[in-house]
Amino acid sequence: MEAPLTREEIVAWARECYEDLEFSAARKWLAQDPARKAIGFLPVYAPRELIHACGMLPVGIYGGGDQLEIIRGDAFYQSYICHLPRSVVELGQTGRLDFLSGVLFPSTCDVIRNLSGIWQLLSPELYVRYVDVPQIRDVETGGKFWRRELQTLVDDLGRVAGKTPNDAVLRQSIALYNDVRATISALYRIRCDEPWRIPTEELYLLLRAGEVVPPEEFLQRAKAYIEATASDPLPKKDRVRVIVVGAFCEQPPLGLIKTIERSGCYIVDDDLLVGNRMITQPVATDGDPLTHLANAFVEHGERTSVLYEERPEGKRTLMKERIDAAKADGIIFAAPSFCDPALLDRPMLRAGAEAEGIPCIAFQYAENTGQFQQFREQTGTFSDSIKLWGGQ
Amino acid sequence: MQCTVGIDLGSTTTKAVILDENCNVLGRGITNSRSNYDLAAKIAAEEARTTARFALLRKAVEQAAGEAVLERLLRSFRLSQTLAQLKRLEAIIAREAERSVADKLKKPALTVIETLFRRIEDEEHSWFAQDDASPRSDFFRDAVGSSYMRIAEEIGDPNGVSFDLLVGLYDKCIIRVENEPLELGFRDHIGSALERLGNPSEVVKGVENAVNIELKEVCTVGTGYGRARLPFPKEWIRSEILCHGLGAHAMFPQTRTVLDIGGQDTKAIQVDHRGIVTSFQMNDRCAAGCGRYLGYIADEMNIGLHELGPLAEQATRQVKINSTCTVFAGAELRERLSLGERREDILAGLHRAIILRAMSLLARSGGIDDEFTFTGGVARNPAAVTALRKLVEENYGERKLNISPDSIYTGALGGALFAHREAAA
Amino acid sequence: MAENIDVQKDHSMVLQKQMIAEHYQRLADAPKTGDKVVYTFVPGNLTELIRSFGALPVLPEINALQSGMRGKSRDYIAEAERRGHSEDVCTYVKCDLGMVKGGNIGPTGLPLPKPDLLLLSYTGCYTFMKWFELLREEYDCPTVFLQIPYQGAGELEPEHRKYVVDQIKEKVIPALEQVTGRKYDEDGLRRRLGLAAQAEDDLVAVLQSAKQKPSPIDAYFGGVYYIGPIFSAFRGTEEGVAYYRELRKEVEARTAQKRGPITPDGPLDDQRYRLVVEGPPNWTHFRDFWRMFSSWQAVVVASTYTKVGGTYDFGFRHDEQDPLGTMADYCGGCYTNLNLPSRVDMLCNYIEEYGANGFLINSVKSCNSFSAGQLMMLREVEKRTGIPGAFIESDLVDPRYFSPANIKNRLESYLQMIDARAQGGN
Repeated sequence: MEAPLTREEIVAWARECYEDLEFSAARKWLAQDPARKAIGFLPVYAPRELIHACGMLPVGIYGGGDQLEIIRGDAFYQSYICHLPRSVVELGQTGRLDFLSGVLFPSTCDVIRNLSGIWQLLSPELYVRYVDVPQIRDVETGGKFWRRELQTLVDDLGRVAGKTPNDAVLRQSIALYNDVRATISALYRIRCDEPWRIPTEELYLLLRAGEVVPPEEFLQRAKAYIEATASDPLPKKDRVRVIVVGAFCEQPPLGLIKTIERSGCYIVDDDLLVGNRMITQPVATDGDPLTHLANAFVEHGERTSVLYEERPEGKRTLMKERIDAAKADGIIFAAPSFCDPALLDRPMLRAGAEAEGIPCIAFQYAENTGQFQQFREQTGTFSDSIKLWGGQ
Repeated sequence: MQCTVGIDLGSTTTKAVILDENCNVLGRGITNSRSNYDLAAKIAAEEARTTARFALLRKAVEQAAGEAVLERLLRSFRLSQTLAQLKRLEAIIAREAERSVADKLKKPALTVIETLFRRIEDEEHSWFAQDDASPRSDFFRDAVGSSYMRIAEEIGDPNGVSFDLLVGLYDKCIIRVENEPLELGFRDHIGSALERLGNPSEVVKGVENAVNIELKEVCTVGTGYGRARLPFPKEWIRSEILCHGLGAHAMFPQTRTVLDIGGQDTKAIQVDHRGIVTSFQMNDRCAAGCGRYLGYIADEMNIGLHELGPLAEQATRQVKINSTCTVFAGAELRERLSLGERREDILAGLHRAIILRAMSLLARSGGIDDEFTFTGGVARNPAAVTALRKLVEENYGERKLNISPDSIYTGALGGALFAHREAAA
Repeated sequence: MAENIDVQKDHSMVLQKQMIAEHYQRLADAPKTGDKVVYTFVPGNLTELIRSFGALPVLPEINALQSGMRGKSRDYIAEAERRGHSEDVCTYVKCDLGMVKGGNIGPTGLPLPKPDLLLLSYTGCYTFMKWFELLREEYDCPTVFLQIPYQGAGELEPEHRKYVVDQIKEKVIPALEQVTGRKYDEDGLRRRLGLAAQAEDDLVAVLQSAKQKPSPIDAYFGGVYYIGPIFSAFRGTEEGVAYYRELRKEVEARTAQKRGPITPDGPLDDQRYRLVVEGPPNWTHFRDFWRMFSSWQAVVVASTYTKVGGTYDFGFRHDEQDPLGTMADYCGGCYTNLNLPSRVDMLCNYIEEYGANGFLINSVKSCNSFSAGQLMMLREVEKRTGIPGAFIESDLVDPRYFSPANIKNRLESYLQMIDARAQGGN
């Protein structure tokens, strides 16, 4: 029997996946069988189960981070639009996404929405679908709509793949992604309980890898990571516990995550890559798979800025609920510049938090932000002040 | 002789070009735009007229007296001009000292000022006397400012007049001299210039001929950012886009794409085989990618704007700069420096960043066709040119890149050409 | 939608002013009269349905743009930014929130009533959702959400249409019944939809009159006045029908006399440039902006902005035979709910059909729905029509983002380029 992978090995693997703007892991998977295909999706939520059930690889497209130089992408966007779409266009225009047979653009905001049109115009031969996720969060109206949407997607993707999955196959994929979400949820729980055991930098890299490799591989590595960290915890430090809110679509540079942690904070909850755990309960694996998947979304969807909050008090109470659940001391609102969903939500969320006496700070970043000094000062002061005067 | 004039009122400099009947460039003039466009236009045009006269003079004198004599005459003329301006500056500074310097300091200050100006004058005379005098800035401020500072530092404090006081007086007064349309006229100075050379007869005749040619300005077209302020009829105003396109075409007839990076904006222009603009894009609200961005960087690094390019050329590697946002550039720069990056390497990255912005505009305007002409102040920056060359080749393949040493006059030249057409019509 | 600026002296203009004044008076009186008030958005507004319940609509975008025209938006936006809103986000939202915080005084100087219902018609704009989530914090009233799926595939897919109909039936109508205490009156709704279609016929005739040379209208700066009543409170009303009948008469008279529209520079009969415009106007410098066109004798012959509250010129009319379905079609077809390829098609169609010799994109910072992708549209339209486009940037109601010198420079350069190209060198 082989020796189990160490923490360092797994993290090194994840970092390689994260830094690889050529998507080599996906390309390698495709090369193993010429019949294989891959489908890309943008943040925040796309039903990966359906892509998987069609035998294709779901690949998350999260922009180019801080390593990609934008040469062509800026020609498509005005200066007042966030950074993500320009790096996605850059990836596309430089051939780095040419392994995809289709791309899904979820209804995250108008920028992602219109990016679907840019893709249609630039790549008319590609399967491009704008996916309007349901904002009506009930089974009767929203659930039925979403069930029909999922059916359309399965039919479309089946055509792209050359085979449409039957219910049994769909159930298998749903079960697999139940496991993925449960594993992510376990990682989050451990980090919350013992943040010194799972630094967010490592967790984040692992989850980013999970967006570009087959889910089976992610599961194996993630489970190995959990085991490895149990036997190899890092030293516990005197840090305050914070929640990072607002970074659900355009991702912060890794340097920003590290900066927050190194300036005296344990991140114990966050919105990073929230699409990978959007459904908070296991999806039933009996009966009609699409109905279950649809209903799970409308009934047990994560509460995030990109979805309508039905309860009038919802925005006001959300931060307190998350603080309590994570036993956190304060909130760092970290939103991408020009991000409508995050920035328009922020005053409501912050007012709710401050009404409860929860310490907050707020700043804006871009995926390619190159300097962290100002963040270091803010988060450092924030953690110091919480240590001195306490949280809530 | 019928001539036409083009005036380009840019945000930092104002340029004028005079053409003869056959569209040959007769004269060029340039001055700081300051806050007064009318005056800047006047001064630039005046200077263009002067150089036009010299062009005519050159024709008339060169053959008779030889090039060396002509060059001496030109320098003698320049000296006469400078001396006149120095007189003016001295008078203003003296008046200002009378007015603002404390009583007990007044006398020594005035003495030092007098000494100072005599010495500058001496230096100017000896500059003239050298046979191989090095060329220098066309701007009075640049030519005289460094002498003034150097001498002030040397003689101020020993005579009980602080350097700061002298610099303060200079800063306060130089702008007034620049803002006064000094007698830059040809006739006013050519006499004294000739006299200094001993009125050689073969030159005097040529000068007389040149002076007597009437330059009849039949049409003047204004362009550039300040063009709307010119007291011209609407038909005599052209956008700088059209003028840059036509000017670039006149300089390099095979030009199809023009990139102009000026102080305030960047333009990507496509022209056809006749120099007609077929499409263009300008930078958006954001000043990133304009010459001004480099200005901020130079300020931030506390070095001269013209030193940036040569420094960046010494880079051994290129630091990737993510933020071309002028607001964040300073912060990013400081952080990179504090991380131990070399200044040269950071600068190389910054030059690439600004050229990247230009690449976006070029793409928006329709790409880069052969030949490709680069104009504007930034075209004189070697690091910017290097970065541009590289990116153009990587993204569009081989393109012939034209940069004229007179590229700063591209817009004014285009304007003068439009004026020519207007006059012919 | 710029009802209050005194630019055109036509009779229809006077009529419109009266209608608007009366509407805001009724709104101001609502707390006394007991009229119920529904706040909703211009794109995808269900005015006929709201009116059929006897309720009055309030359109927050209209209030925001009016604030912009009246020079109040700078302070309102500053107020919202003081309260934690980022400089980066939509200024309509910030302007509206600032106005609410400042006492909610409407464009005619009368107070606006509080909403009895927020009808969040989520049509073609992500920010609408946040806007009403934010507004909901200010009022203690129910919110009903109406999700209009985007035409991502270039049409309102049948499944999507069904979803909209289901929501109107299962969510919107019950909410209106609850708030107004009235039963759903389908006959009343049908009658109003019929009236809507009449006004829509006349509006289309007005907009299409711009195919004439000279164009009797300016389809952008003038167009925003023409769409005012139909995009706001008056679709499906007798007053609306009367207004559009009158407007059409005037425009037809101008066409017969070969006259152009009235502009800030007087009548524009001699038209040198015929432009198509994409994107909303700027409201804080509306007249200055218009003058940059009219002083160069440029007339706008077609615009996409005049389709944000409904696209009628490709055949859609409200259909009294299918009340709920027709409302779904209406919502789905609003301009910002169309995908980029459809928007490109529309622009190309306008350039051709209206004999335009140029097109211009006014890219507003506030509105990602419009602006994200406009550079791609520019490229595509240029490619397909062979006509180069102009690209300028401004904002809806943030005066900080309107740089007159910059915009004038670009526009003039563009118009001169059109001349130079047409003259082939001279």
